[in-house]
Amino acid sequence: MRFDRRLITHFEWGLPLLALAACALGTMTVYSATHVPGMQGWSPLALKQLTWLAGGCVAMLAALAFDYRRLERSAFVVYLIVLAGVIAVPILGRVGGGSRRWIPLGPFSIQPSEFMKLGLVIVLARHFARTYERKLGLRAAVVPMILTGVPAVLILAQPDLGTVAVLGIVALTMLVLGGIRLRWFVALGVLVLVAAPFAWPHLKGYQQKRVLTFLKPEMDPLGAGYHVLQSKIAVGSGMTWGKGFLRGTQNHLNFLPEQHTDFIFSVFAEEWGFVGAMVLVALYLALVLRGLVIAARARDRFGVLLVLGLTSTVFWQAVINIGMTTGMLPVVGIPLPFFSYGGSSLLCLLLGIGLTMNVSMRRFYF
Amino acid sequence: MHVVPRDIPPELQTRMAVSAVVVVLAFALVVLRLWYLQVDTGADMRSLSENNRIRLVRVPAARGVVYDRHGEILIDNRPSFDVIFVPEDAHERRREVLRSLAGLLGEEEPALHQAVRSPAVKRPPYQGIVLRRDVDWQGVVALESHQLDLPGVSLQVGPKRYYPYGPLAAHLLGYVGEISEGELAASTNGYRSGDLLGKAGLEKAWDEELHGVAGGEQVEVDALGRRMRVLQEVADEPGSTLTLTLDRDLQEAADRALGDSDGSIVAIDPRSGEILAMVSHPAYDPNVFARGIRRDEWRTLVQDKKHPLNNRAVQGQFPPGSTFKVAVATGALEEGVVTPFTGMTCSGGIPFGNHFFRCWKKGGHGGVNLHRAIVESCDVFFYQVGRRLGVDGIAEYARRLGLGLPTGIRLEHEKAGTIPDTQWKRKRFNQPWFEGETLSVAIGQGYVTATPLQMANLAATVANGGTRYRPFYVKRVEAPDGSLLKEVEPEVLGEAHLKKSTLAQIHSAMRDVVMTDSGTGKKARVLGVTVAGKTGTSQVVKMGEDRARANRGAQAMRDHAWFIAFAPTEAPEIAIAAIVEHAGGGGGAIAAPVVQQILTHYFGRNQGPSVPAAVEAGARESDSVEANAVRPSTDHAL
Repeated sequence: MRFDRRLITHFEWGLPLLALAACALGTMTVYSATHVPGMQGWSPLALKQLTWLAGGCVAMLAALAFDYRRLERSAFVVYLIVLAGVIAVPILGRVGGGSRRWIPLGPFSIQPSEFMKLGLVIVLARHFARTYERKLGLRAAVVPMILTGVPAVLILAQPDLGTVAVLGIVALTMLVLGGIRLRWFVALGVLVLVAAPFAWPHLKGYQQKRVLTFLKPEMDPLGAGYHVLQSKIAVGSGMTWGKGFLRGTQNHLNFLPEQHTDFIFSVFAEEWGFVGAMVLVALYLALVLRGLVIAARARDRFGVLLVLGLTSTVFWQAVINIGMTTGMLPVVGIPLPFFSYGGSSLLCLLLGIGLTMNVSMRRFYF
Repeated sequence: MHVVPRDIPPELQTRMAVSAVVVVLAFALVVLRLWYLQVDTGADMRSLSENNRIRLVRVPAARGVVYDRHGEILIDNRPSFDVIFVPEDAHERRREVLRSLAGLLGEEEPALHQAVRSPAVKRPPYQGIVLRRDVDWQGVVALESHQLDLPGVSLQVGPKRYYPYGPLAAHLLGYVGEISEGELAASTNGYRSGDLLGKAGLEKAWDEELHGVAGGEQVEVDALGRRMRVLQEVADEPGSTLTLTLDRDLQEAADRALGDSDGSIVAIDPRSGEILAMVSHPAYDPNVFARGIRRDEWRTLVQDKKHPLNNRAVQGQFPPGSTFKVAVATGALEEGVVTPFTGMTCSGGIPFGNHFFRCWKKGGHGGVNLHRAIVESCDVFFYQVGRRLGVDGIAEYARRLGLGLPTGIRLEHEKAGTIPDTQWKRKRFNQPWFEGETLSVAIGQGYVTATPLQMANLAATVANGGTRYRPFYVKRVEAPDGSLLKEVEPEVLGEAHLKKSTLAQIHSAMRDVVMTDSGTGKKARVLGVTVAGKTGTSQVVKMGEDRARANRGAQAMRDHAWFIAFAPTEAPEIAIAAIVEHAGGGGGAIAAPVVQQILTHYFGRNQGPSVPAAVEAGARESDSVEANAVRPSTDHAL
């Protein structure tokens, strides 16, 4: 491979720095969330997260080493490898917290469904990069829906509703940006609204209850409702300046559920207050906008769609996670990108940053 | 700047621009929300978080009520006041609060400290500890009036299990207790620590139906931990109601009949497998568990050598003695190794190998056929029948009648008993079967063991013509609102496939055990009903002349007395097995009168606890020969 000096001159600095800043805050908060008063040094979970972070940086740099257009040619291979991983979960998988999501790999375990977020973006970007009609009808959406549906059903069986939700909303974003005519989305929305009242009486009592608690956690004041309430108290009690590092009482008295994964934002907001939260929100906003800028400047359609897909993954997860911990959105297991504890998620996100940088650096190639 | 030729369609450009707007708007919403929570209402949230003012209080569901077959309450609930302590609410006054609490409740102070300290690792902060269950009303008044001096202390009303008849049917009903850590880890039913759970008997076996779903409240408390208002609540769902097949009056009669003796009684309806009574002695009072058993009480129960917590009806494995002859005789007739006319001579025993196998009757029975061998329980006849049938033949018919395998009744720890055969011996001892052992097996001794439930079911199977039902004791499960959830239907486990002639022979012999004056079971006679039965005396001490001495000596070495019965012989509606442990006498003398009392109650001929004089006197008179023969010199099973 011929080395091009333009790669150096066009090196993308902003994106990795923003991402790593979020990672640094995230690791710090994982440290706090898993810290037990009186304990010396780092908790095993925080150390593990640090290891994954180092691995993620290597992966990010490795993602720069090749021309991303080669990824377009091998998109299906990547997708199928990840799909094989998802299929392997019920066979080789390890159970944790009531669901089977992880495949043990030596001292670590990987979560193939996280990799599917990446794999799906790559394969959908390739699909829409090769559809040249100007206004796409419903037919162009069939293949993407199959590509999304197969892993979604498998992951739903694990069960992992959060990841399926991310796959769905990212796929929908790709359909919109890939050029499917908007009228179809309107039609879909109308269809759901019309069909829902007819489907509702056919659901079993407990299913209705589950849907309702999902949409309105207050209806389950002893379970989800209580968690959301405690999370809101945690965020709010941070006030303007926060309670200080390792001083979050909601966190350390274990009032927060999943405090190092899904509800990590509450821990951060409790300890750093509104000011800290604003810094974090600004980081995510900058990261997403920078992604959009890179997409807009990319050299070819695959590059544009790839970066848009990757950026939307970060955007949706960040907004939904914060929305859920502040009681605006229903509670689903969606991690806060670069922040929540979880190696596979972190590795995939940093790989995504690497791929975005790859597109950015090669924008002047012919 | 390079000029790059691109094929980005204008739609995509527009949609990207719109995306940027969407992104900015979404983040703006997030910022507004954070402003609202942290700046606008931050101070309120801060004060809520300070003492964790919003607590989750679990409201345990009332367990299901249990009725007998006639609608009498066997297990009920009653309200009880529990003292709850949240140490975090007492702050630095913890020691002082516990001291005054100890004074008010009359409890040892160190015990309270211990209770607060021990579960601290597992307990989430601000979750109450139950310091004392079921405080009496004086305690309630004392605590209420001192509430201000007792920060962190509160009273919680909860349903408590109540067994109105105390130890009656305790083993079948079982008891409840606080869920253990192991059970908590294994459960999937949303149990929490502190929840009550069935620990034995039907309380355990039917826990899923009985326990209901706990409700809860989100409560706002003040700085002292006193509840200010309920923010949200979810009502608890009480457990389902069970209606048993058990007949409380019959249970009471059986319990009284067994008296202070150790042992067990099972009464079954042979037409369905419904359990009508199940007694196991010694018993315990399940109410002790409901109020929270104390350490010393528990130790006494567990260390008692008589194992009062064990349900002998399903867990006790005893040699069935001569009651086993019913199975051997059935096999002999079915296989044709004897006919009703086969005669043998009993001269008090037979030599086999270098051993002399005695009959219980020292002088021997003289000439006996199968009928007389059952009626008078001749051992010598059955030694020979056993040899002809072989141990594997005996085992085959014992199993067809339900021995050697659990009945599958829905109760924990049911034992299978042992029905030995050549294969079993090889597996167990890696030894061939010795024919001499067959002789012991033929009279229900040696390796043979069975539970009282199995023997009752054997009697029921013989009574109904060979249909083996799965014994059951819950007839109906109903939701608290009265709607039927489940009706338990009789379940056939198997058919013994017996010839009509065999059954007729067995029935007539068993009838004459009770109904003729030479029968060993005549003490079970009930006026106006034809009762069929079989006596049994199973030895505890192995061999020889020692047994006569043993029966006068240490209780643990005395014989067990058995009686199995069904009645009325023509159309059986009740089958009973009774064992009196270490009775020191034969089945005819000790166990038959027990069954007689139960049958008398069942057939409504007797209202009082005492046996009518006529029956008593008649029985005694005609019994004298056997009683004299049995008591001092029994070598083998009767």
